[in-house]
Formats: sequence, structure tokens, C-alpha cells
Amino acid sequence: MNSMRWRNLRTQLGQQKLGLAAVIILGIFVLASLFAFLSPHDPNEIVVMERLQQPSADHWFGTDDYGRDYLARALYGGRVSLAVGFLSMAISVIVGTLVGTVSGYFGGWVDNTLMRIVDVLMSIPSFFLMLILNAYLKPGIGTIIVIIGVLSWMNIARIVRAEAMSVKQREYVLYARVSGQKPGRIIMKHIIPNIIPTIIVAATINIASAILMESSLSFLGLGVKQPNSSWGSMLNDAQGFISEAPYMAIFPGLFILLTVLSFNFLGDVFRVAFEPKANKR
Amino acid sequence: MNNYIVRRIAQAIPLLFVISIVSFTLIKLAPGDPVLSFVTPNMGAEDVERIRQNLGLDQPMYVQYVVWLKNVLSGDLGYSLVNHRPVAEMIIERLPATFGLMGASLLLSLLISIPLSMIAGSRQNSLFDRGLSLISYIGISIPSFWFGMMLIYFFAVELHWLPSMGMRTVGMDSAWDIIKHGILPCTVLTFMNVSVYMRYIRSNTISQLEEDYVQIQYAYGATKGTVLLRHVLKNVLLPVITILGMSLPELIAGAFITESVFSWPGMGSLGISAVHGLDYPIIMGITMMSSVLLVVGNLVADILYGVVDPRIKTTG
Repeated sequence: MNSMRWRNLRTQLGQQKLGLAAVIILGIFVLASLFAFLSPHDPNEIVVMERLQQPSADHWFGTDDYGRDYLARALYGGRVSLAVGFLSMAISVIVGTLVGTVSGYFGGWVDNTLMRIVDVLMSIPSFFLMLILNAYLKPGIGTIIVIIGVLSWMNIARIVRAEAMSVKQREYVLYARVSGQKPGRIIMKHIIPNIIPTIIVAATINIASAILMESSLSFLGLGVKQPNSSWGSMLNDAQGFISEAPYMAIFPGLFILLTVLSFNFLGDVFRVAFEPKANKR
Repeated sequence: MNNYIVRRIAQAIPLLFVISIVSFTLIKLAPGDPVLSFVTPNMGAEDVERIRQNLGLDQPMYVQYVVWLKNVLSGDLGYSLVNHRPVAEMIIERLPATFGLMGASLLLSLLISIPLSMIAGSRQNSLFDRGLSLISYIGISIPSFWFGMMLIYFFAVELHWLPSMGMRTVGMDSAWDIIKHGILPCTVLTFMNVSVYMRYIRSNTISQLEEDYVQIQYAYGATKGTVLLRHVLKNVLLPVITILGMSLPELIAGAFITESVFSWPGMGSLGISAVHGLDYPIIMGITMMSSVLLVVGNLVADILYGVVDPRIKTTG
């Protein structure tokens, strides 16, 4: 990451109003979930007398079927959704970068084996694999993070591999090799720093898809479970009250949409900022 | 050409084999003893053991796998642990609903995305182009199940225009009834597909319009419309085949979630209820079915691409 790229990024954000909006929206969501404890209501406090209340001055987002304050639940749910998105992205970026660089740097049978594994993993519908894994591992937030992370590194590995193969041919890498540096050191010192822009773009898009996957799993009742909640599991609860309490479905879904949309926008802004010649459209 | 097809098929077979092992192992490792669903309170320990033997669950894992694979190849996917019906039969009776829904949305998606994105690509950065790209951003970011719920809320709960779930009204047996039930789930799937296809087709149109042959056509006095219809369309349609093959996994997963939101009686809702009920034979059958669908879909896409674009077989 050199200063040139940062300058490009700032210019891009200045020109792309939607990109700037994405940064602001994500900032608000991250801050809101970090400061969720400031909410006057406890997300798990059950008040039977106040079941399914429409949004009001006291309960901005209304209350759910147990009389719990829906805004507080949405704040804490957002914390879970964002955390799952970030952490599973971290796993898939680490695995994907490792596999991709090793594969691209060494080539030969190493490359062949790793890429065939990637092929197999990509041809099993990963969503279904997640359903199954989720059913047999101990359900919980940690499990979901690992499952999503472990099943979504393949596209990163492919992109990183292609980049590593071209960086490998550059003269400074050849020089490092000739001067007897160990492959591990070359990969860490010379190859990875050069493909960081590519990794950042892939990682941003990956958070978006991780959040979508978590919400789909939780919506099907196979992800985050009570007493924890995420935006997806809130939608699972809301499904039964769609005619009496549509606001229960509208808010969490809108938050997922805005978050995922913002990450996708941001990914494209990064792409253009880091590789202006190749990606300017 | 034949050589190319044979080579592609030879690549697909080991893949299918590995897929079968992976899905078998994963599902065998799942918790919950399937024998328990047969046990009633007045059964003794030896009864339970006998059931276990009858189900073949006392055999070592690799024996169970070989037996299972042999059966699968002869079309026998075992019996459901919940209602004891043959899995193959249960899946086959669900196929028309799933394929009907997927086919209809696929066709609609192509009919909508090809013209729209070609217009967008030919008027790069126009208001139309920007609007369409915003819509396609929303399409790839919206949770499909939430979009489905919102459609149910507006069109079924509030407006009472369309039914919210199932495929048929009880006592009604007309094609129109099924279509009415299919409109909402089909809308969800189509919107997601169109958003994905549009991005590819648009950027393809843009790069085609920069090609020399287009400039030559302009030089001969051709209008933009003729160039798009007569020349660019052909070259844009080619990669669509690959996009279709590539987007199959999302199509399958999307169909699963959408089916479960709308209680559409297809393979997806069968699969999800099987996951909830730990009904291994059904889970295994459906995993195999969708993986085979995926591998074969990609295979067909590759071969078709080789047929329409002869350059591929020499290089690939």
C-alpha cells in the first residue's frame, strides 16, 4: 500500500458519492453496535404486557412477541451479524492467501493438488454443506464463524494464486531467490505485500457475502440461536408475525441490505482506486 | 471435438467420486442417532440393536459407503428415516416443482437481462446505465428470504392479490392457479439472477463495442442499433453460457431458501426439513443430486461453449 494508492482511494471516494455514503452507513452501524449498551432497554428483558407493540416514542422499533424492545435487539443483533461477517472474512482471507500464495509460488504438483481441492470444494453447493456442518457441530456463534470462513476462502485463493504467479516473475523476487532467501520469507516479505490491494478488494466483498450467509442460515433456524440474536435470526422470529407486526421484518432486513450493499460498493471503490487503469469503466 | 468432450467428461468423473465421499462422510458424522427415531418406549436393548443391524448402521464406515454407492448407482437412495418412503421417489416427486420454478426464472432472467444490459452497456454512464447498475447492486446485496417476505407482506397480506405459500389452492387444479402461486417466488429468483447476469453482460457489451469490427461497421454507415443486434449480440451471448454454468451454485442455494420462504413443495424445502429432522438419507440424496447437477451443468456449459466457439477446444 503506497501513498499513491491512498490518494487514488481518496479521489475515488470524493467522486463516488455512493462510496462515501457506504463508508458513512458502515461507520454508523459499527458505532451503533459498539455502543449498544447505551440503549435504555435491555434486549432480553421480557415484558408480557407489551407484546407486539407498534413503533412508538418509547420503543422506536416497537416490541417483539415477548415484549422485548426491538431497537435494543436490533443493536445487539447487528453486533453479532457484523462480528460474524468480519471474523469469518478474516479466516477466509488467511486461508485463501496462504493457499493462493503457496500454490502460485511453488507451482507444479503443490499447485495441482491445492487447485483440485479448490475445484472439489467449489463444486459442492457450499450453502448446503453449511447447513449440514451446522447441524452436526455444536451450534453457536463461534461455529458459524468457522463454518462460513472455512467454506468461503476458495475464490480468494484463486485470485491470490493468479497474482502470486505474476509477482513471482518480477526481478526483485528472482533476486531474493538467487540470494538464497527461504520460500516462506519470500512469500511473506515480497509476494504478499504486493498483492495486498487485491486481497483488500476480495476481503471487502467477502464480508458482504459472509453477512448474507450468516443471515440466511440464521433465518432458516440453523445459525445464531436464542438467547443470542442476529439480524437473520430476528427475521426468523418475524416470519410468523408478518401480518400483525410487519415492522419486525422490515427493520432487520433493511439493515442487512444496507450493510451488504455498502460493503459491495466499497469493494468496487477499492478495486477502481487500486487498479485505475484496468478497472476504470 | 470429440476428444475435447471426452477429456472434459474424464475430468468430471473423479470430481463426482470425491463429492460422493465428502457428502457421505459429512452426513455420517452428524450427531443424533438415526436409530432412535424407530425406538418406542416399550422396546428392549436387543430390539434397538436389531434395528441398528437392519439399517446397516453396525457396519464399518467404508462398508456402509460401498453399499450406499452401489445402491445409488442402481437408483436406490435408501429410505427416509422419518416416513420410511424411498428417498429417490421423494426427490423425484419434488423435481418438477423445483425445475419448473428454476426454469421459469432462468428464462425470464435471460429475457430481461440481455436486452437491458446491452442497452446499458451501449450508453455507458447514462442515467439509464447508472440506474440499472444501482438496481443490480441491490439485487446482489438483498437477502433473498427478506425480499420474499416483503413481497408476501405487500402482495399477499396487504393487497390480497397473490397467494403467499404453497403451489396449489386446495380443491383447485388449474395451470393458472399454479402460475399465481409461482409469481412471487419466481420474482425473487429472477431479480437475483438478473442482477448477476447484468454485470457480466454489460461489461462484455462495453468491451465488444471497442473492438475493430464494430468500428468498421460504423465506418460503413451502420447505426448503433444494427451493430448491437447483428454483431454484438452474437458475441455477448457466448459468455452467457459460461455465466449460466458458473451461477448454478447460487441458483440452487437461492432456490432452496426461496422455496422454504414460500413453502414451495420442491427439493429445497424437502432438503431443509430433512436437515432439521436429521433425516440423513434425504440430506445425502439431495446433496448428491445438487452436486451432480452442478458438475453436469458446468460440463454442459463447457461443451456447448466449445461447440459454438471452436477456438476453445484447441487451447483448453
